[in-house]
Amino acid sequence: MALPNLASASGRKSAAKSATKLFSRAGDFTGKNSLEFGKEEDLHAYREMLLIRRFEEKAGQLYGMGFIGGFCHLYIGQEAVVVGMQMAQKEGDQVITAYRDHGHMLATGMSARGVMAELTGRQGGYSRGKGGSMHMFSKEKNFYGGHGIVGAQVSLGTGLAFANKYRGNDSVSVAYFGDGAANQGQVYESFNMAALWKLPIVYIVENNRYAMGTSTSRATAQSNYSLRGSGFGIPGIQVDGMDVRAVKAAGDEALEHCRTGNGPIILEMLTYRYRGHSMSDPAKYRSKDEVQKMRSEHDPIEQVRKRLLDKGWSSEDELKAIDKDIRDVVSDSADFAQADPEPDASELYTDILL
Amino acid sequence: MPIDILMPALSPTMEEGTLSKWLKQEGDKVTSGDVIAEIETDKATMEVEAVDEGVIGKLLVAAGTENVKVNTKIAVLLVEGESADALSAEKPAQPEVPKADADTPAAASDAAGGKARQSADEPSAVADSKVPAQPKIDLAADPDIPEGTEMVMTTVREALRDAMAEEMRRDENVFVMGEEVAEYQGAYKITQGLLQEFGARRVVDTPITEHGFAGVGVGAAMAGLKPIVEFMTFNFAMQAIDQIINSAAKTLYMSGGQMGAPIVFRGPNGAAARVGAQHSQDFSAWYSQIPGLKVVMPYTAADAKGLLKAAIRDPNPVVFLENEILYGQSFEVPKLDDFVLPIGKARIHKTGKDVTIVSFGIGMTYAVKAIAELEKEGIDVELIDLRTIRPMDLPTVIESVKKTGRLVTVEEGYPQNSVGTEIATRVMQQAFDYLDAPVLTIAGKDVPMPYAANLEKLALPNVGEVVQAVKTVCYK
Ligand SMILES: Cc1ncc(C[n+]2csc(CCOP(=O)(O)OP(=O)(O)O)c2C)c(N)n1
Ligand SMILES: [Mg+2]
Repeated sequence: MALPNLASASGRKSAAKSATKLFSRAGDFTGKNSLEFGKEEDLHAYREMLLIRRFEEKAGQLYGMGFIGGFCHLYIGQEAVVVGMQMAQKEGDQVITAYRDHGHMLATGMSARGVMAELTGRQGGYSRGKGGSMHMFSKEKNFYGGHGIVGAQVSLGTGLAFANKYRGNDSVSVAYFGDGAANQGQVYESFNMAALWKLPIVYIVENNRYAMGTSTSRATAQSNYSLRGSGFGIPGIQVDGMDVRAVKAAGDEALEHCRTGNGPIILEMLTYRYRGHSMSDPAKYRSKDEVQKMRSEHDPIEQVRKRLLDKGWSSEDELKAIDKDIRDVVSDSADFAQADPEPDASELYTDILL
Repeated sequence: MPIDILMPALSPTMEEGTLSKWLKQEGDKVTSGDVIAEIETDKATMEVEAVDEGVIGKLLVAAGTENVKVNTKIAVLLVEGESADALSAEKPAQPEVPKADADTPAAASDAAGGKARQSADEPSAVADSKVPAQPKIDLAADPDIPEGTEMVMTTVREALRDAMAEEMRRDENVFVMGEEVAEYQGAYKITQGLLQEFGARRVVDTPITEHGFAGVGVGAAMAGLKPIVEFMTFNFAMQAIDQIINSAAKTLYMSGGQMGAPIVFRGPNGAAARVGAQHSQDFSAWYSQIPGLKVVMPYTAADAKGLLKAAIRDPNPVVFLENEILYGQSFEVPKLDDFVLPIGKARIHKTGKDVTIVSFGIGMTYAVKAIAELEKEGIDVELIDLRTIRPMDLPTVIESVKKTGRLVTVEEGYPQNSVGTEIATRVMQQAFDYLDAPVLTIAGKDVPMPYAANLEKLALPNVGEVVQAVKTVCYK
């Protein structure tokens, strides 16, 4: 399967390309889905991405103030990936990811209060304070975590897809993992089973170019992650993960591919994290220029904002109003997360076994 | 001599079966590989092949006979030149019942229950007197530190780095591999400067593939290199635990001593702070159960240095459990060219006469604070730092208990099957008469590590618990 390779191994040119070449195709992929958003879609994407951005900024602040402890991995820069995918998903589709998970939770509709209170380890958090930043779940929103062991969620997500097939429902499992996680053995064990059993799963590699301080080129002999399933006949697409429209379009195709019984598919989202790996990261492995360039030329939120203004779909004032709404939601969540009490001591021994 | 054909066993657990069919008759010629009969058990049907060449002299068990015991003589094969006449008196024979002199586990159970065969994983009912005693190892004491040696305040982090650097200078076969060990200088900066001094050939950044690189390390060790495999934390070594146990720990034994794996698996172990259940676990008790491994868990910087150097030189796989919280703590380290400590020796951190506390690694921090408090109340504690969990220096512990008659253990790991419960058991078995009170074991709580600050505090042991336990065993 020869795939056109939009992203060169060394850097990422595709993000800079025009919207019509947003993703390369593999197998039967037609790219037939519209890459254009209407006003409502753009406004929705704008709100959702901005919520994640502002929430993460606030989380970073609370970490600095000592309200959040341990590891705290921010999603800033990668917002278009979860928001675009969520826009393509249907009710019932499951989501699972690693520890850089706050954005995924907000995108699935989990409440900002519940997520923030978990970050501060309070009883009103999604895991009643017992999980923390890396371990949150919502059965109601079909969000299956929040996993701290790199790569583990890929097999778990494959199990969610197994359950869908077993039950004969038409839900699809969406499993996110990083470029670093993509090198774990269990990822390939899962690929093999998913292809063998035609499981409905979209594997999403969030290629943000780094696994902690290791760039993809120093960690893998094949840094085109969309090709990683080719040995198993799993099609893969490279997607401009900074453009929410490209994500949504690729998500539409991928989900349809799964829902119609064709088995797994890989979407490699070319994206970028602006912040350090976790809160303490000397970031000597990349230049400030590199980060600045991504921010100023490819920011996922700015792209939408510009479109909304250029097309006359929103005025500056309207966007400011949205901004204010979102700031209100986020500060409310932060207030709640600081005022909410810690879990009762009796919680120490609950939820260990049923 | 005619050859006896015996009822074969289809599996290690088969005791008897049905001889369903003969495919050869008396007088038929057979060559090796010919199927002569079919036998059946409740699990399977199998063909019995001839091993030798000859003529079937006599069938001793009729087709269709059930419950034919394994090893029953079922036929006799005549070899060239032999006649069937000689066999007329043959009767189906019962398998020889081994004498009950307990020289195999199966025989031992014969005596007890009359079973013909027994699977290797069923325990024998009678103690087997012929299992040799575990050999005792005599270990050297800590080296004497010459009078006037300069003591340098060093962090555990620096001590570990120095140990690796010194051993890498000394032995070209020593190399380090792991995630972020080279260019990033170590996720916890333990390998700081090593890439600069030794280059990328000997300080190797790996992808995030613990199971794979642990296996690569063991393979390299089997080929004679001396890898130091760093796990970013031991939580992630769970991905690799198969290679650590099934490959590294067992190869020497399985190869009859031909080859082993001189490898060090090291990295932070146990709870850090507020990192939640999947990142906060103490594996000392887990690895300490495995024959073929050595397990070291230092507390001070001097021990970290001397024991890591020993671990790197050791021809065996060593699991070296560090602790993130201890990395930044400073201790005196003797300034010597080559400071190596014996693996397997405990260190008496403080002598005392009233009660013994045994701890190791981060557990020592609770114990050290507790003894200071107890001193104020007039309780004189002897504090032993185990340093090595396997092999365990029980003699030092028992010597101390003989003096004090009271024992408390302190660790952060889970309470069930902990290192402390192991010590308590052995002290109970070997020094029962010297104990004046039951041994108390202080450990982490029996829960996954919670994230919330208040719950995390409750889940870990605390100084108050240690103080209370000491008073309890002193009946105070
Ligand atoms: C099995 C395992 N090994 C190592 C780690 C430590 N670790 C946490 S995140 C990370 C980097 C992962 O990078 P990537 O998959 O690219 O995801 P990103 O952080 O970029 O979102 C590492 C090595 C871990 N949590 N689990
Ligand atoms: Mg990454």
